[in-house]
Amino acid sequence: MKAWDAIVIGGGHNGLVNACYLQRAGLDVLVVEKNEWVGGAATSRELTPGFLYSNCSYVCSLFRPEIMRDLELPRFGLQVISYEGGAVFTRDGDYLANYRDHHAHRREFARFSRRDAEAYDRYSRDVTRQCRFIQPLLMRTAPDPTSFRPRDLGELLYLGRKFAGLSAEEMALTLRFWTMSISDFLDEYFETDVIKANFALSGIIGTALGPMSPGTAYVLLHHYMGEVDGSVGAWGYARGGMGAVTRALAASFRASGGTIRTGAEVDHVLVRNGKARGVVLAGGEEIPGKLVVSNADVKRTFLKLVEEKELPDIFLRRVRNFKIRGSSGKVNIALDSLPEFPALPKDSPVYRGDMHFTDSMERMERAYDDWKAGRWSADPFLDMVIPTTLDPTMAPPGKHFMSCFVQYAPPKVNGRDWTDADRDGFAESVISQIAEYSPGFRDRIVHMEVRTPRELEAEVGLTEGNIFQGELTFDQLLFNRPVPGYAQYRSPVGGLYMCGSSTHPGGGVMGAPGRNAAVEILRDLAKSTSHMSPAHDVI
Amino acid sequence: MIPQSAEAAPQGNSRAAAQSHFRTLRPGTPFQPRIDALALKNDWYDWAGYRAPHSLWDEELEYFAIRSQAALFDISPMTKYRIEGPDAEAYLDRVTLRDVTRLKPGRVHYTAWCDDEGFVLDDGTLFRLSPTRFRLCSQERHLPWLLDSAFRFDVTVEEETEAIAGLALQGPTSSAILRDAGFAGVERLKVFDLAAFDHDGASVVISRTGFTGDLGYELFVPAGKALGLWDRLMVAGAPRGIRAIGYTALNRARLEAGLIVANADFTTSEHAIRADRTRMPDEIGLGFMVDPEKGNFNGRRAILEARAGRKLRHVLVGLEIEGNIPAEHAIVYHKKSQEVGLVSAAMWSPMAKRNIAIASLARPYGDTIVDDLWVEIYAMRELQYQKLMKRAKVVPRPFIKLDRRTASPPADF
Repeated sequence: MKAWDAIVIGGGHNGLVNACYLQRAGLDVLVVEKNEWVGGAATSRELTPGFLYSNCSYVCSLFRPEIMRDLELPRFGLQVISYEGGAVFTRDGDYLANYRDHHAHRREFARFSRRDAEAYDRYSRDVTRQCRFIQPLLMRTAPDPTSFRPRDLGELLYLGRKFAGLSAEEMALTLRFWTMSISDFLDEYFETDVIKANFALSGIIGTALGPMSPGTAYVLLHHYMGEVDGSVGAWGYARGGMGAVTRALAASFRASGGTIRTGAEVDHVLVRNGKARGVVLAGGEEIPGKLVVSNADVKRTFLKLVEEKELPDIFLRRVRNFKIRGSSGKVNIALDSLPEFPALPKDSPVYRGDMHFTDSMERMERAYDDWKAGRWSADPFLDMVIPTTLDPTMAPPGKHFMSCFVQYAPPKVNGRDWTDADRDGFAESVISQIAEYSPGFRDRIVHMEVRTPRELEAEVGLTEGNIFQGELTFDQLLFNRPVPGYAQYRSPVGGLYMCGSSTHPGGGVMGAPGRNAAVEILRDLAKSTSHMSPAHDVI
Repeated sequence: MIPQSAEAAPQGNSRAAAQSHFRTLRPGTPFQPRIDALALKNDWYDWAGYRAPHSLWDEELEYFAIRSQAALFDISPMTKYRIEGPDAEAYLDRVTLRDVTRLKPGRVHYTAWCDDEGFVLDDGTLFRLSPTRFRLCSQERHLPWLLDSAFRFDVTVEEETEAIAGLALQGPTSSAILRDAGFAGVERLKVFDLAAFDHDGASVVISRTGFTGDLGYELFVPAGKALGLWDRLMVAGAPRGIRAIGYTALNRARLEAGLIVANADFTTSEHAIRADRTRMPDEIGLGFMVDPEKGNFNGRRAILEARAGRKLRHVLVGLEIEGNIPAEHAIVYHKKSQEVGLVSAAMWSPMAKRNIAIASLARPYGDTIVDDLWVEIYAMRELQYQKLMKRAKVVPRPFIKLDRRTASPPADF
């Protein structure tokens, strides 16, 4: 039987990025995917005729442009379009918009506070400085601080030099930034509740923490360090939905000679003498491979796909304790016309941006209280976009696809599994919130898909439905991601690598974990990485 | 389920009424109807979020209007703060570099202010309108800084950029025009004096200040009275050649006067993404403002420590460059080889008949080493760079000194 040079488990964006780079290095690579389609959490699916759903991830900014270029993704159809700001609706019938134009942004904030309107420059300077510190780390393997290998020492030195290059004030801010709550951080700049709520949302998305929990300031940074074609911090829509990213990756992979098998769920990794030798599919089929790369999260990989006896106890314990708590769900809606929001002028660009209804820090924190109590939020936080306002390919003319990211949703309801009735109740909390601001909204709904953490885990394979394959808190970042000692994409099992968002630099549709893992694998095989662009300069 | 609102309804409808700003990304100033009528070139730029003219009809002729007759320039987009209260003097003395106790009512001074690390937040002009009332004009916006600094001072700080319109009337006939327009006694104003005059039932504050190094005045008026003031000046000024101008002409005049522009000749601290781009007053030629004797002010300790420890890293200088090709954004070299700085503004000066520039150099160059400096000019000519290495000499600013700027009383032209 043919033994593949590498078998990648899971056809998500990181698995495909990894597979592409390995294939282009001359390896013979097989991707096995349990679903009948590839894409993982970056998919576009026609769930009702004529409508494409970005039914998991829904916006794009973090995906590294170096990868798009290396893998020729534009040639395979990838196009990312910047979108236009957004707004938080306020309960008094007004809204606070975010405009792309600097001065419009200031004038908008001045409607609520003249002081806070002029505070944005300093806020933006400080956040930008922090992003510039972190950005170059995304495309580097985190150093092992206990190792004396020249590479690790070099990387540690690099980190140290970067840190030492900061001014005293910046150093203090960096440490604060990595540990503070987003609420405390925003208090340093702004006074107005709705303005703070507007910024705080980036600190909680995908995270089982509230805006007042320490560590959420870093999550905000994570959402700010992306770009759309050099416009740092900008977010965009992938034309054709987020599946366009993975469709282009799959096409690029096949064009370079790679093989994808869909409908092929891995039961376990074949381990002999402490070394990965291939995979065994759910039906019992054995596929030999010289090495195995898992795109699945660290818990799924090591608690389900590898036998316990192959793993050291301390590693297992850390994997079990890895925080990968589900905190969010998705409600995806096909609409037969554009919803109206009486608070918004009809010609407002906000329709083409992201919309929210949580206008105070307290409401945001209260929504988190429900999660802690084991319930979905009665008054949830929504990140709502209508990509069809800018992308004509996802719905028939005049009709729209709406994506609602919903937080908070616990992995279990009151300690038991989600039921269909729970799911419907969760959906109703979302629809009723939107309908409060958009009369007649329910009548526009053609079809709706509701995904609680239960569906995200069962259908996408994300443990507990955590979108980042593990929380982005400081204890789980850099050389501690996913667990200490195994931050360099390798595992206790020889020839078994990790390439998903559980690894450095974490989640979001970024592709960097898949790329960085490929670097390490090729290094172990003593193969060239000359087909991989170095990280773009941050000057 | 949505909880009942804990917040008040929108104040009146003023907050909601202001929503429509998104339809006008570059609004005009209160003078816009008059400027639009004269903007034959439709050549606009973005000045702090306002639509402002680069040039109205001919940038070279607009420049000569400043130097030969009188030029009217709209300065309304300048950021303006009204600072008032029993502690206003003490407060401003604490916030800014210069000694505000020596700024008498009816006087103006050019000043700057720093963050706690001694880096310049901005430069600007401070108008003392009364013993307890001031106006601070600047390029950038500083309301949080000014409000936070007001802790424990009995003072109010209000942003009044939109409420107050401003005009600069600059040039040899400017004093005569104001007199002819009925501002009796304006000729008694000495440089940096200000006084209030009646205009259409309101008050216009006229100061003998400007950004041109020439005889000139600045006028501040409530926005609602702006157009009447413009018309009053234009009618009175017609016989003496008054012309409206855009920024390009003004920028030439300011460079001849050796004046610097925030975020053009230096980067303000709150905008410096790269921490090494920040500058202390001594590093941008504003060291003369620092008054170590006056008591505490923001940045004092850091500035004095930097002076004592010789930690000042940069210096801003005036350069006179061989030839007549402007050296804008040219790199400055020592001995034609070592890179030591950058030119931030440059031009051939019609008044000085010299090729002038403002440059930032890394000390000791420009400070103790001023010999053997060169600039490399890349002059694009018909799709080819003509590369020129020209000798540069450090010279004092201003590059021109006009007697009429300070003559008292001023002449009619």
